Amino acid sequence: MNADVSQFAKAKGSDTVRATTWGLLATAALIGGIFIGSRGMRDFDPALVSYAGATLFAAFGLGYRFSMWLRRPPTRLYWYRGWQLFLTPGSFWKNLGHLFEIFLSNFVLQRFIERRSHMRWTAHWFLAWGCLMAGAITFPLSFGWIHFETGRSSQDIYRAFLFGIPVGQFPVHSVIAELAFNALDIAAVMVLIGVFSALWRRGRDHGAMAVQQFANDLMPLILLFAICVTGLFLTASTHLMNGLHYTFLSQLHAITVIITLVYLPFGKFFHVFQRPAQLGVDFYKRAGREGEQAVCIRCELPYGSRMQMDDLKRVQEALHIHYQLLDGTHYQDVCPKCRRRNLALMQDNMWKSTRIESERS
Amino acid sequence: MTNGEFFIDYSRCIGCEACVQACGECDTHRGVSMIHLETIERRDSVQTAPQICMHCEDPICAQVCPADAIKKTPDGVVQSSLKPRCIGCSNCVMSCPFGVPKYQIDIDQMMKCDMCYDRTSVGKKPMCATVCPSGALTFTTMQDIQRTRQGVPVNEWRFGVEIVRTKVYVMVPKEVTRVDVDLVQIATTAAALPPDPYDVALMLES
Repeated sequence: MNADVSQFAKAKGSDTVRATTWGLLATAALIGGIFIGSRGMRDFDPALVSYAGATLFAAFGLGYRFSMWLRRPPTRLYWYRGWQLFLTPGSFWKNLGHLFEIFLSNFVLQRFIERRSHMRWTAHWFLAWGCLMAGAITFPLSFGWIHFETGRSSQDIYRAFLFGIPVGQFPVHSVIAELAFNALDIAAVMVLIGVFSALWRRGRDHGAMAVQQFANDLMPLILLFAICVTGLFLTASTHLMNGLHYTFLSQLHAITVIITLVYLPFGKFFHVFQRPAQLGVDFYKRAGREGEQAVCIRCELPYGSRMQMDDLKRVQEALHIHYQLLDGTHYQDVCPKCRRRNLALMQDNMWKSTRIESERS
Repeated sequence: MTNGEFFIDYSRCIGCEACVQACGECDTHRGVSMIHLETIERRDSVQTAPQICMHCEDPICAQVCPADAIKKTPDGVVQSSLKPRCIGCSNCVMSCPFGVPKYQIDIDQMMKCDMCYDRTSVGKKPMCATVCPSGALTFTTMQDIQRTRQGVPVNEWRFGVEIVRTKVYVMVPKEVTRVDVDLVQIATTAAALPPDPYDVALMLES
């Protein structure tokens, strides 16, 4: 099995060709999904074609970048190990239960962010759930997967269809209708709370100010702000201004969404797709704790899991990092504490040698 | 950043822990001290040594990171892991040749010395070098260190056959041009020693 793992750490073939292939496959899968889900484009809304087009580009970018990311030896190895440990025969149901537990804690409640700071958590939770809610509505709508029709017998009844199948109906003047028609506005308000909380923190936290970058940290907030505000303008135009400049505003909103979709695979938003790797690492760490422990060759104390140290040696080999020491031992088998102590002793020995030589001469 | 460089001289450390306390004052990792202060051979010696991040030219911590979460600034400072990306695997902690990164279990993130980037990026000295009374940690110009010290600053290391170049320099005797790291074994390992219930220092360490 270990030989197989070593092979897995080393990617073969051209990175670009593979990544492009995966990008094209992701795009093709989405085109197929749109075609089938909209019942041969019968339910597809041509007014939303620009959104669907930008999403296809985003699908290519995500497929390309995800593939490139998986080409890195440590990422490949963790990806493989995560699935291997999750699908271990006999532990599958136990693992599924644990997956649900960490999904709830890390994804739904995002507790690990709360422990970093309450303000960061507030910003992130509202941003994440506002965006997810908006995405869950916008993407199926623009793909023609869901659509609404007025009832055949009454104009006061709205019918909802999923993949062309009727899934429910509700009166136009009802609480459900208000929630359904304004769901994107609710999502926009949630995202705006997140954007302002994030900007508040970034404008006051000296540490964040020292390391933040415009393209990586502020640009995503500006894009989300633009989407939300132009989206809310549409509602305001409809309900408060008798549709004033609605066409212009809808085009402006579409532009902000398209720019964000194009930015999605290459900017900070990519972490949404990277982050689930944290779930796999949790299984890896748990297996490491339960398995054999590595013992430091210098202090003879355990310092980590044997599996991780062996995997790291494979990753280092794939990365051409050569830690084999001259005495035949491996530097990876020295614990971090001993590495630090060793450096001080090394310097000490150099000065001792110099002193002895100068005394001799 | 000023034209200052960071110089570390383990042999000058007096173990006062001023660097440990000052490190926690840095805004980029407020309240969490990132520096390591090691007692070299706990029961046999009072020798101590600080360890800051050496800020490698091609950081091994970043190479082994599966999440691609460790980045270097254009001025050569290797930052703590990016919060949105770090998945808390500890590959960096276990691979760093200098044993620097720290995994913060409560926030599930790797943090490390970033040379007080909020300070050094605006021309100030890092906190640890500002308070170190013995010059074990010094942030000054190359000319100044050559004028005031006996040894020479070196920033090239060899671990096995792996050559590592760092932004931070270590002070070594004049004839040395590169630090070839071999394992300096200790006479008695902690594991081999009988337990001493009154070893206060060991208790503090653990």
